[in-house]
Amino acid sequence: MIIYGTALLALCHLVGLFLGELLGMAIGVKANVGGVGIAMLLLISIRLYLHGRGLLPKETEAGVGFWGAMYIPVVVAMAAQQNVVAALRGGPVALIAAIGAVVVSACCIAVLSRTGDHAPLPPLPSPEATPSHASH
Amino acid sequence: MSISTAQSIPHLLDTILLQNGLVTAFAAVGIIMWLSSRLSRWLTFGRVHASAIAIVIGLLLAYYGGIATGKEKGLADISLFSGIGLMGGAMLRDFAIVATAFEVQVTEARKAGLVGAISLLLGTILPFIVGAAVARAFGYSDAVSMTTIGAGAVTYIVGPVTGAALGASSDVIALSIATGLIKAIIVMVGTPMAAGFLGLNNPRAAMVFGGLAGTVSGVSAGLAATDRRLVPYGALVATFHTGLGCLLGPSLLFLATKAVVG
Repeated sequence: MIIYGTALLALCHLVGLFLGELLGMAIGVKANVGGVGIAMLLLISIRLYLHGRGLLPKETEAGVGFWGAMYIPVVVAMAAQQNVVAALRGGPVALIAAIGAVVVSACCIAVLSRTGDHAPLPPLPSPEATPSHASH
Repeated sequence: MSISTAQSIPHLLDTILLQNGLVTAFAAVGIIMWLSSRLSRWLTFGRVHASAIAIVIGLLLAYYGGIATGKEKGLADISLFSGIGLMGGAMLRDFAIVATAFEVQVTEARKAGLVGAISLLLGTILPFIVGAAVARAFGYSDAVSMTTIGAGAVTYIVGPVTGAALGASSDVIALSIATGLIKAIIVMVGTPMAAGFLGLNNPRAAMVFGGLAGTVSGVSAGLAATDRRLVPYGALVATFHTGLGCLLGPSLLFLATKAVVG
């Protein structure tokens, strides 16, 4: 049943956030430390466990997959409720500090991401592009 | 229910949209996504990712909402679109992020564990130094203000948490939030454009990005607009960013700043 997948996801989410709060309390921080990350690791482990035993039917997977696919629309809704006005009112200090932080971080990413062994993902199959190419 | 006059039809529609906030948000975001995919194809011939355009439209609507209402939650403060607040709030955002973990290749994630942790640490310290230095250059030369604004350059949550812990003034806290918000917006909009420079085309790079770019919102939107498959790897690391910042900001980083500026 599809709800099994969604319920599994919900349980991982709640347990992860709970452990993140505990971790925050343990190290004396007023924030959830890695709750979402812990939830993701839980979900990954449970998927491997169930998959290995053939206990993960397509229906159950769809109950998680739907929410994974809703991710981008949720992010768009998130963007629509940012305090953009306050950000723009911050003036030059905020702007320069933010740009500086981004530039320094970006250079660091560019260096670090080229270390170690890594292979680029294959190009995305683009369902959007196909019809437009056909019409040209 | 009886509708006596024609004027009550728009009113009725309003009531239905208001009473079904989350469903209205689904419809509204769906329309934004559709519009973005058209714009992506017609204006940029697919070069600019539809998700990136949708996120920019979202930010523009947030700006409009902020101007129209004078409140803090962008479009979600307009009562008709209050459902946007639920749809894009922390609950559903985290739920959807966790769901993306289903697509994670464990071997890939394990390979990048160490470099992920290193970038997480660098992603806290480097922006902090930049933020604190800029603050000092603009005359905020006491250790508390420098630390608070520096922490804001880490994420817009680390800033106020650090400022509150250190007893910073409210205008400095506001400034630190603004710094973090601008950073998140730059990351959201700039990532797809800078993806080539960043080498952002594999899970390992996404984890480095997640550690260094900070803010779950910036990272998740930036990666979503670049390549959807990279999202879980970046989010996995970025989720520790705010916690680490809140841990280091009021403690180690404050003491270090104090030692430097006296």
